[in-house]
Amino acid sequence: MSVTEKEVRHVAKLARLALSDAEIDKMVPELNNILGWVEQLGEVNTDGVEPLTAVIDLKLRLRDDVVTDGDVRDKVLLNAPDAQHGFFAVPKVIE
Amino acid sequence: MSELTSKTIAQLRDGFRDGDFSAREVATDFNAAVVAGRALNAWTVETPELALAAADEADLARVAGGLKPLSGIPIGIKDLFCTEGVASTTGSNILKGFKPPYESTVSGKLKDAGAGMLGKLNMDEFAMGSSNETSAYGPVISPWKRNDGGNVALTPGGSSGGSAAAVAAGIAPGVTGTDTGGSIRQPAAFVGISGIKPTYGRCSRWGIVAFASSLDQAGPMAKDVRDCAILLETMCGFDPKDATSLDIAVPQWEAGLSSDLKGKRVGIPKEYRIDGVPDEINALWDQGIAWLKDAGAEIVEISLPHTKYALPTYYIIAPAEASSNLARYDGVRYGLREMGVKSLDDMYAATRDTGFGAEVKRRIMIGTYVLSAGYYDAYFTKAQKVRTLIKRDFAEAFAQCDLILTPTAPSAAFGLGEKMSDPLAMYLNDVFAVPASLAGLPAMSVPGGVDALGLPLGLHLIGRELDEQSVFNAGLAIEERAGFTARAEKWW
Repeated sequence: MSVTEKEVRHVAKLARLALSDAEIDKMVPELNNILGWVEQLGEVNTDGVEPLTAVIDLKLRLRDDVVTDGDVRDKVLLNAPDAQHGFFAVPKVIE
Repeated sequence: MSELTSKTIAQLRDGFRDGDFSAREVATDFNAAVVAGRALNAWTVETPELALAAADEADLARVAGGLKPLSGIPIGIKDLFCTEGVASTTGSNILKGFKPPYESTVSGKLKDAGAGMLGKLNMDEFAMGSSNETSAYGPVISPWKRNDGGNVALTPGGSSGGSAAAVAAGIAPGVTGTDTGGSIRQPAAFVGISGIKPTYGRCSRWGIVAFASSLDQAGPMAKDVRDCAILLETMCGFDPKDATSLDIAVPQWEAGLSSDLKGKRVGIPKEYRIDGVPDEINALWDQGIAWLKDAGAEIVEISLPHTKYALPTYYIIAPAEASSNLARYDGVRYGLREMGVKSLDDMYAATRDTGFGAEVKRRIMIGTYVLSAGYYDAYFTKAQKVRTLIKRDFAEAFAQCDLILTPTAPSAAFGLGEKMSDPLAMYLNDVFAVPASLAGLPAMSVPGGVDALGLPLGLHLIGRELDEQSVFNAGLAIEERAGFTARAEKWW
């Protein structure tokens, strides 16, 4: 499988990366090189093998359904590029 | 190095307790070393005042009582640990200026144990790199030089490159690193120090900037095995804030140190003899085998048949998880925001294009692609299945042995710029380190010797799940026999 420029542009859109044309041009062969290399996994017989989902044996923990955090609005907003009236502000989304 | 900055953590701790010197003297000397070592570009932030404040507390405690395990010890913290009130930028422009209002569990444990922070350590951006060259702050320069009379600037390895350089140059007695696919062990090997990645789940990931969550583990880097044991004891422990944190007791690894390996079987995986690895590295591996035999261990040949598939598996899983984790950098809540665009969507895309460097974008693109509709099963699910087989390989091998010995990296440190144009060549640097990461196993690099150009080479020990003690003990056995005393000659 190899990716085309069109596909790379589509993936960039999915990833919300405004790549320049120069970046796209560079990325097409780089991605094909890397994807071509990882495709050697096709040689491995994985019939009947379960995909690994947890690297260590873990039991899902439960905790009491109580508030453990909160009342930290100002701390949450401390690093915001634009905070207004106790909210994160962003460019207008409704025309 | 001054008299104090050349000491190990154990020596500093014990000397401070015995009254040979004050914590303030120690912190002052290391703070001076940080300033004197700026040419290495090892730090992103210097915090001499925090190191001194912790030292004064330690000096007070020595008189008034209440000494803690790391009282009097200044340390460096890798830049991807969130540290309260101190810029934490993970080597990226997208987090420039980010000052967390909270402290990561691991760095918090170290501070609660009395350690003072010298500053934040430079690293590959988002820990994506093996040479520290992807950092938005520029590469860290290794304190080491080749002995061929040339003056080539070498990499300290990556991604924990600042961490490695700081310890090797005597600027910090011990540091934190993180290891997703070798980021503690490869840099430790490149600069002739020790570093361990514990079993996945031992160290809380809370407050550590996420790269690939199923692989990321914090660990210490220091001058020797004992110091790593001391730091790791403090760094580990259950944390309800991390869903993958192990709720088990932390062993007393320092007290358990013993280089007597009688009764231990050490496995030598035949698949790790790969083409293109310099003879010197294989020779050091053979020497390591002889050292462990001398320490009483029995050597057995083992097979890890899926070894060659570990790197391609890693380069699907790690970018996939990264693309998901890094979706949060959108310019809304923290870090960089690119303005001058009309819509919210454009703001996301422009912010991410400006804020991320080339390697991070490359991995986000790979990750997004292998997770996208139509390719998910062919790439991601396939890789997760091969990961099962890699983990099974280790489980079967550990039926025949207690430990595994390999080289840490397939080369000594390379020159800055030598591999940056070829991402695949860079990825291959972690060929020996990645399998243990995929299996979540504890693994350590200890210095074994130097190559013909005078550069350090590391030996790599992989242990059973939760058996850090055997890894430390075998590391100690090598350390005692290798007598590795080579130090980078001071040029900075």
